[in-house]
Amino acid sequence: MALSRQRDVGAGAVPQAGLATIGGPVVTAEPSAATGGAPAPDRAPVAAHRSEFLYFALRNWKFVAGLSVVLVFIAAAVLGPVVAAHAPLEFNGPTDQPPSSDYWFGTTSFGQDVFSQFVAGLRAAFLVGALGGGLAWLLGAVVGFTAGYRGGAVDDVLNMLTNVVLVIPTLAILIIVSAYMNVHSYTVEALLIGLTSWPWAARAVRAQTFTLKTRDFVDVARLSGRSRRQVITSEIAPNMSSYLLMMFILLFGGAILIGASLDFLGLGPATSVSLGLMMNSAFLSSALVLGSWWWFLPPGIGIIGIVGGLYVMNVGLDEVFNPRLREL
Amino acid sequence: MLRYLARKIVVYVLTFFVAVTIDWAIPRFMPGDPVEGLLARMHAQPSAEEALSGYYTQAFGFDVPIWKQYLNFWAALLHGDLGRSIQNFPTTVSELILGALPYTLALLVPAVLLSFWAGNKVGAMAARRKALDNTVLPVGYVLTATPQMWLGVVLAWVFALTLGWFPVSGAYSFDLTPAWTLEFAADFVHHWILPFAALFLVAFGGWAIGMRNMIIYELESDYSNYLTSLGAPTKLVRRYAYRNALLPQITGLALALGAVVAGAIVVEIVFSYPGLGTLTLGAIQNRDYFLIQGIFLFLITGVLIANFVIDIAYVLIDPRTRTGMQGGR
Repeated sequence: MALSRQRDVGAGAVPQAGLATIGGPVVTAEPSAATGGAPAPDRAPVAAHRSEFLYFALRNWKFVAGLSVVLVFIAAAVLGPVVAAHAPLEFNGPTDQPPSSDYWFGTTSFGQDVFSQFVAGLRAAFLVGALGGGLAWLLGAVVGFTAGYRGGAVDDVLNMLTNVVLVIPTLAILIIVSAYMNVHSYTVEALLIGLTSWPWAARAVRAQTFTLKTRDFVDVARLSGRSRRQVITSEIAPNMSSYLLMMFILLFGGAILIGASLDFLGLGPATSVSLGLMMNSAFLSSALVLGSWWWFLPPGIGIIGIVGGLYVMNVGLDEVFNPRLREL
Repeated sequence: MLRYLARKIVVYVLTFFVAVTIDWAIPRFMPGDPVEGLLARMHAQPSAEEALSGYYTQAFGFDVPIWKQYLNFWAALLHGDLGRSIQNFPTTVSELILGALPYTLALLVPAVLLSFWAGNKVGAMAARRKALDNTVLPVGYVLTATPQMWLGVVLAWVFALTLGWFPVSGAYSFDLTPAWTLEFAADFVHHWILPFAALFLVAFGGWAIGMRNMIIYELESDYSNYLTSLGAPTKLVRRYAYRNALLPQITGLALALGAVVAGAIVVEIVFSYPGLGTLTLGAIQNRDYFLIQGIFLFLITGVLIANFVIDIAYVLIDPRTRTGMQGGR
């Protein structure tokens, strides 16, 4: 659980099942031309592969719907602060106003503009997702590839490390670290999240590497004298690229959820704006009792939109990469 | 089977060891002097600062060599001594945590078990059934992407403030004291439903989706195809698929525990439910570091115990771990 989204990915991080929640057995993930819509045969294989991917991706409603929602929020995060008429932390508006033409999403009981806070919060969410999810992805991939490819004692040590970090609840460790360390920026918060949420990814990558490393093409690469890193980056990783992509999407969404919980607890950067902090201040100012729904609804809708959009996109991708999952 | 459990226990003991070490190390090795940092954030009066500084130095045991600090920390811990709370001085941290624990468990345990059961059932029903799948899938993804605290706030807004069906906060009415009476039990359940629902719904979405995806994989596998080609009824094939899909879901349950605990913490805060979450928020706001450290250790111990219970359940369910052939995690 993600919160991770550990909740959802948790169910998927199962070596023996081949991480079914985020992707099928990688070997079968190559869409075969026989399933329909064969691309022009005379094109270069890479181009054919890409156009085939696009062919199926753009016809998958889950992928398209998820991507569209995420793109809408990205556009809001990029353009919102530009068009917003007020600064997010400015205190000089009317207090507790419902949405109006001047204050699109209404105002808080401190006289702040909810719309400009919302779009600034979206930026913070994408930052935490990209940095935190990115770091967790990198750590998970490095640990997973190393443990899976080298095996033996290295695997034992890395696997033990993974299992230990896996069991410790991410939020608990973040609470104690952030309590002692004053978190001043979202970069620091994202790095803390990244450092604690990589284990399930490492386990998933390790399991996949195990199944791939005994294949002939890997043996050939090894015999031809390529270094360990070259074999991993040019033979193993490309064969599970779909898997790695989906892993990144889930880690991205999970990091946003964890970040929101931390901010809600008041452990994030206090002088800034984020969706979690909006919920925190709306809650602490009893926006609920005052009936200021325009204050506490937007941050949650923003998070559901981004994270839910990413998850739905992910199922779509899964079906694109794995023909067996497509609706018959 | 014994080897399997023994390996698990080694991991758990090691994890506990690491957790205690983190708990000990963070105040000591974070940049800056922790005592000064504490005092600076407390905004205490200058006259009080000196006394507090002396108290903290002694309480953390900073006046002895570092290796001895570590041993002292373990010794105190094994005696059940987690220090005293600052905000509720002189109550001990252990007393505060034990007082809050029943409320957290009352929320967590039913939410985890019921959401796991219901989510798996619904997810299994939805797989490969177009009409149902097209409702379960989007609903499940929206639920699983919902921050629990936000869902809690929305539930409180709709069902408590607008409709008035349930109370907004607390675990029981102010005019009652906890007792084993029917009146109290009814009042308790009345207060319990909304925070429970917030936890249940979010977790439910995740399990339903996980099971739906797993079942599809199982129904595509060779044994399912073989059974189908033999003319076995769909119901039977689905039952076998369900059993096989349940195993990874149980592994997922162990992995999800941390997130579930995190969800309980924030939901309790929304409903001012007097469990560990509300205690955590108070500790953070009052910079009650001993309490934060104590809660941290307690959460980890709880998650470790739960993990072990799940391991045993896994052994009971998956015969392969029992015969030592393969399987397990």
